[in-house]
Amino acid sequence: MKKSKLQSDTKWMNRLWLFISFATAMVLWYILSILPSTARCFPNVVVVLQQIKVMIDRGCLFTDIASSLISVFAGYALGFVIALPVAILMAWYRPVRNILEPWIQFVRNIPPLAYVPLVVIGAGVGRKPQIIVITLATFLIMCVTIYQGVININETLIKAARILGASDKDIFIRVIAPATLPFILTAVRLGAGVALTTLVAAESTGASAGLGMRIRTLNNSFETAPMLLYIIIIGIIGITIEKIIKTLERKLTGWQEKREI
Amino acid sequence: MAGKERDIKVKIENVVKKFNGRNGEMVALNGVNLDIHENEFITVVGPSGCGKSTLLNIIAGLHEPTSGRVICNGKEVHGTGTDRGVVFQQYALFPWLTVKKNIKFALDMRGVKGEQAEAEIQKYLKMVDLEKFADHYPKELSGGMKQRVAIARAYAANPQVLLMDEPFGALDAQTRTQLQTELLDTWEKEQKTCFFITHDVEEAIILGQRVVIMSARPGRIKDIVDIDIPYPRTQETKMSPRFLELKNYIWSQVYQEYLAVRK
Repeated sequence: MKKSKLQSDTKWMNRLWLFISFATAMVLWYILSILPSTARCFPNVVVVLQQIKVMIDRGCLFTDIASSLISVFAGYALGFVIALPVAILMAWYRPVRNILEPWIQFVRNIPPLAYVPLVVIGAGVGRKPQIIVITLATFLIMCVTIYQGVININETLIKAARILGASDKDIFIRVIAPATLPFILTAVRLGAGVALTTLVAAESTGASAGLGMRIRTLNNSFETAPMLLYIIIIGIIGITIEKIIKTLERKLTGWQEKREI
Repeated sequence: MAGKERDIKVKIENVVKKFNGRNGEMVALNGVNLDIHENEFITVVGPSGCGKSTLLNIIAGLHEPTSGRVICNGKEVHGTGTDRGVVFQQYALFPWLTVKKNIKFALDMRGVKGEQAEAEIQKYLKMVDLEKFADHYPKELSGGMKQRVAIARAYAANPQVLLMDEPFGALDAQTRTQLQTELLDTWEKEQKTCFFITHDVEEAIILGQRVVIMSARPGRIKDIVDIDIPYPRTQETKMSPRFLELKNYIWSQVYQEYLAVRK
């Protein structure tokens, strides 16, 4: 009983701190919206919230969100589907690793914004280049993360399984797969962050809808209030995805010793 | 106990192991010969780096010897086999499985299913006194408890030879003596051939029927000492004059090798 009371106390404390943090941000936002030097790029809260209706009336808010989510999820899913086998092959076969790894590291350090125009020339305008760019960026980060996980599997566990009579298939399904799962989930979480970061770059060329594309269009007409609204929406989407993945991690890999990346 | 006409369970013949290291070839074992009898408890001591673990890995089938061979149950060892079990110093429990499921892993590999599996799980949980922790994950256990699970899992695989690589090396002194007593109890109840590596001379004497002393690298067998203290042995055995005599002798032998390593 005592423990659960303690737990509910910390829960309330956490909520209180969250509220204080939120209130502080609101006050700061308000100050920024009245200072002459920042007022132009920080319209006040009420004005920004009114933009929800404005953008719905213009008929673009929902199509923008939907368009961006489709690109993000398609690219992200594709990136994952490619990253998983490539990472495992890299970890198991030295030639694959030696050939691929330097290039993965090289491309990973180039900001996607730099190669977007090239992709558009190659793939044309529309959704295709967006998905290609997001796939590429998420593939790179997820591949590196999963690869690191697979090569760092505690070898003693594999030995122990072999000693107990496990076949190669047993070892793959019952040891390597569960041992890699935490790294796969970490990769999924890092990949989601990269997918959103890349979104704006991916939509910067020839998109007809999308959150990133709209921000650029609004920039041309100096409409800062809806821009800020869109930026906040991207933030909300990001934190929601992260929360979902973290819950999944806790459910699936709760057996782990505490570790944060 | 140390009968002479017992069957030889494991025969180690002229085993040499060389590794290719950064500084060229390194000889880890240089011609090791040893007969381990059925149901014998043999302990191995030696300075660190003397090749004790390499020898254990070769018997387990995790390494191949460079030359020479190991014969277990009349068959030459190539690769691992379920007739030989290993308990590692770092426990090697599967962290994503509960205590019960770690033990079940060994039974699954043997093809033991259903009610019989359940009965065996209970038996081994009881053996190591962890029935209350059946559904806990390894991260929730202390070092001593983890090693108990590892021992239970090794027994559940039902090997004839149990190889133990400094299993109590990472534990505190109290837990270690407790696990020594438990291990002896288990061994007296369910006879198995035990090959137990340690760097602790007292541990080697209290557990073993024979203590094998290994020389500094390149590892050879320097001496084999019969421990003529009858079982059951308890912690009080450590006070007996014979124990102290053996301890002094073995310790001086190991110390010479330790000095050789420092040179």
